[in-house]
Amino acid sequence: MTHKSVSIIILVASRALARVIQLFGIYVIIHGHYSPGGGFQGGALLAAGVILMRMAYGREASQSEVSTGAAIPLASIGALLFAGTGLITLAFGGHYMDYGAVPVPGIEEPIVRYYGILLVEFGIGLAVMTVLVAIFDDMLSVPPEERVEGGAPDESSDPVPVERRNPMTR
Amino acid sequence: MNWLVEIVLYLLLLTTALLALSVRDLLAGAAAATAFTFTMALLFISMGAIDVGFTEAVVGAGIVGVYFFAAIYQTSRGTRD
Repeated sequence: MTHKSVSIIILVASRALARVIQLFGIYVIIHGHYSPGGGFQGGALLAAGVILMRMAYGREASQSEVSTGAAIPLASIGALLFAGTGLITLAFGGHYMDYGAVPVPGIEEPIVRYYGILLVEFGIGLAVMTVLVAIFDDMLSVPPEERVEGGAPDESSDPVPVERRNPMTR
Repeated sequence: MNWLVEIVLYLLLLTTALLALSVRDLLAGAAAATAFTFTMALLFISMGAIDVGFTEAVVGAGIVGVYFFAAIYQTSRGTRD
């Protein structure tokens, strides 16, 4: 999970499958008005694609998808996009998230509502995806071979190398 | 015909739940819990709640199962009780 897999089958299959999962996630976010789904489900699907690449290729090789340091700032941007879209409508005199109150010249009111909902869905999807990836990265932040058995490392004990073992075997 | 599918799904739900509770191997238990969640999602869809079933399938079977596996990866696979 923390290192690149040795199996060529897992590498090729996860590389092909992750793109399909992410494409379906984008579809679910964009079609959230008409069909089941929306920002949360689409964001979870996007996160599933990223986590699949993290599990197959290790953390260092899959930083180009969502890097570990950029996850929480991107989540903040997503939450700001979600709440800020609602607050803009307050500035134009409407209720919170009453998108029709925003006067956009040349665009009818239903189309403004359409794009307002789409913007909110994008914000939710971005926040959910990055937060789920950040939780996964934090859970695997310490590789098992660097972990010390029995809690915190003791300074007084002699530096015996920690026994390297595969945790997925008993 | 629909009730036949639902009876099969309920039996699968009961089987996976008992398996997840009784098995000694934690990795097998996490896999059984994931199968329980996916069966639950299919039951939601058969009841007509498409959105709830979709959320259950994505979050329960896609994300939470991976978190279980990551937690087992950081600790140990066998139980000690």
